[in-house]
Amino acid sequence: MPRVLLIEDDHAVREGLQLALRRQGYTVDAAATGELGLDALRAQAPDIVVLDLMLPGIDGFEVCRRIRAGGEVPIIMLTARSDDMDIVGGLEAGADDYVVKPVQPRVLDARIRAVLRRRVSEQTSKERHGSLEIDRQALVVAKDDKQVGLTPTELRLLLELSASPGQVFSRQQLLQAVWEHDYLGDSRLVDACVQRLRAKIEDRPASPVYVQTVRGFGYRFGPV
Amino acid sequence: MSRLLDSLPTWARGLRARLVFAFLAVAALGAAAAAGASYVSARTTVLKYAQDQVMNATKDAVSQLAPELSFPPTQATLDQLVSRLPDSAAVVTYQDLRSRPMGYRLEDIPAELRAAVRTRGTLVFQRGTSPGGSSPMFYVGMPVLTKRAGGELEPSGMEVYLARNLGGPAGQISDLAQTAWQTSLLALPLAALLALLAARGVLRPVRELRGATRRLAGGDLGARLEVKGSDELADLAHTFNDTAAALDRTVTGLQRMEADARRFVADVSHELRTPLAAMTAVTDVLDEEAENLPEDAQIAARLVGQETRKLARMVEDLIEISRFDAGAARLVLTEVDVAEAVRNTLRARGWTDQVTTELPEGVRVKLDARRLDVIVANLVGNALRHGQPPVVATLTASPQWIELTVTDHGSGLPEAVLPQVFARFYKADSARSRSEGSGLGLAIAWENAQLHYGTIEAANAPHGGARFTLRLPRLARGVEEGVPR
Repeated sequence: MPRVLLIEDDHAVREGLQLALRRQGYTVDAAATGELGLDALRAQAPDIVVLDLMLPGIDGFEVCRRIRAGGEVPIIMLTARSDDMDIVGGLEAGADDYVVKPVQPRVLDARIRAVLRRRVSEQTSKERHGSLEIDRQALVVAKDDKQVGLTPTELRLLLELSASPGQVFSRQQLLQAVWEHDYLGDSRLVDACVQRLRAKIEDRPASPVYVQTVRGFGYRFGPV
Repeated sequence: MSRLLDSLPTWARGLRARLVFAFLAVAALGAAAAAGASYVSARTTVLKYAQDQVMNATKDAVSQLAPELSFPPTQATLDQLVSRLPDSAAVVTYQDLRSRPMGYRLEDIPAELRAAVRTRGTLVFQRGTSPGGSSPMFYVGMPVLTKRAGGELEPSGMEVYLARNLGGPAGQISDLAQTAWQTSLLALPLAALLALLAARGVLRPVRELRGATRRLAGGDLGARLEVKGSDELADLAHTFNDTAAALDRTVTGLQRMEADARRFVADVSHELRTPLAAMTAVTDVLDEEAENLPEDAQIAARLVGQETRKLARMVEDLIEISRFDAGAARLVLTEVDVAEAVRNTLRARGWTDQVTTELPEGVRVKLDARRLDVIVANLVGNALRHGQPPVVATLTASPQWIELTVTDHGSGLPEAVLPQVFARFYKADSARSRSEGSGLGLAIAWENAQLHYGTIEAANAPHGGARFTLRLPRLARGVEEGVPR
């Protein structure tokens, strides 16, 4: 079963979520601070991190950035404040998705499953778009013959867009296809993820070639 | 007086017009009085001077000539006397003798003057008008005195009558009067000018006061007047400033208290969130395990689960509404297909089968999709909870607006309730006060519509059900994303 690392400072919330997630079948490791969480990340190698943003010591944003610096493990941020600044900050720090406290265990479970599913994808052969090479079978993306490290969400987004080059996807369509939000998710998830993806695969992220914005509609892949 | 003022046209009712009228009236009266007085005094002086000249000249001439006259006089004596008088327009009489007519005849001299001369034996004068009545006349009559042997003077029986037309001096006087009137007329524009200046002096502070009052009424509590001088208007400005300062203090105090109260609600809601997060995480456990518990514990477990979810929802709504109160709510605008968005909302909540929709395709509007979802969910949820099926959602669009109506087929809302349905925690039916809603749903929907510069109206449909109409503008190009109200 997937292994979840829960980083949450409030004892009751930590206990409650741990209990709920265990009952959903996950193996759960819990940490009360950001430092302990980073230690646990190295020791336990979880499949996914559920991260509270309000933490004593180093806060959730910083933990998120440090996790991203070290690897591509998916992160779902857990915020007690649905204030826009928090959500935007968390997404920019590299989170794949977010849930607002209090969260129903079923909802958290669905989000975790959706993020984890992004590791598995359709099986096809290698494609080349300009200097970008996408191997749908090995789930490897290379730029100028150098492998690019993408998080599962970024990879899934790239695969979704590049499957139909030139086709415009609305943010809502991408939310449903990549994040599996069953209805009206937050389109800032898409925008933040696109920004991160561009930073990794574009020559000049300010004038993108691969992931292009279609004003008023959404995004499309190419034409390269 | 006030009725008189009311009957005036608007422009004449103003303070400025009244001041000018008053100044003009005073100036006209003053000028008339001055002109009249100087006319009368000038007339007296001029006429008196002319009369005196005539009288003295006559008297001197007569007294000089009298000793040379032979007595008793003959016609020739009389004619000689007349011819030597300074003003030849005279008549000399002696008993029945008359001097040779020299312009005036004796009949022209008033009879009472002649009687007075005869009885009094001294110089008599009288004013009158010429026979035609056109010019003022001055008549003088005097007896010619002769010296007796003893040296005493006694009337000789000869009388000299003189008529002088004063038309010349009178003409001078009317010229003078005319000049006086003209000068007065010239003074009127000057008076009007002075009135305008005075009016400006009075009206400027009044206008400033009006401006400051308007600013104050418009919410600018810092509106103050500059106090100039120490007259009544300065007093008024002082009073205004004191009032504004007092108002400012009161309102600032109230605002601070209100802000404190709102912050308190927001803080409490946030603080409640953490324990609620822990409780929400385990309510599913209670629900799932409830059937294995004894009956009482089962009821207790279900109740805890149910109420925890309700509490969580209420806290969410409180946080949402406190964000509106704090002015922290921002629009995240994206181009949305409204029909699709409404369908998504219904599908996500499992309402698709309960709601009849008339949603034309292709209505694309720039709006905040999450907020539209909140509005639609609250309106439809409200209709499903409180009304009777079928619930109908209808979308119409014009170039400027989109309109979404949600109608149920229940008994509708009492008229008295309609204006209050968007009030917080307002419950139309107190028996339903423990309904599933937080009591904030419609208030939140309303705030969200306001944030889009839109409205929601509550009314009753013709067939009796309640109808909520959401109207949102298709945001103009000038409205930038994320700009708060």
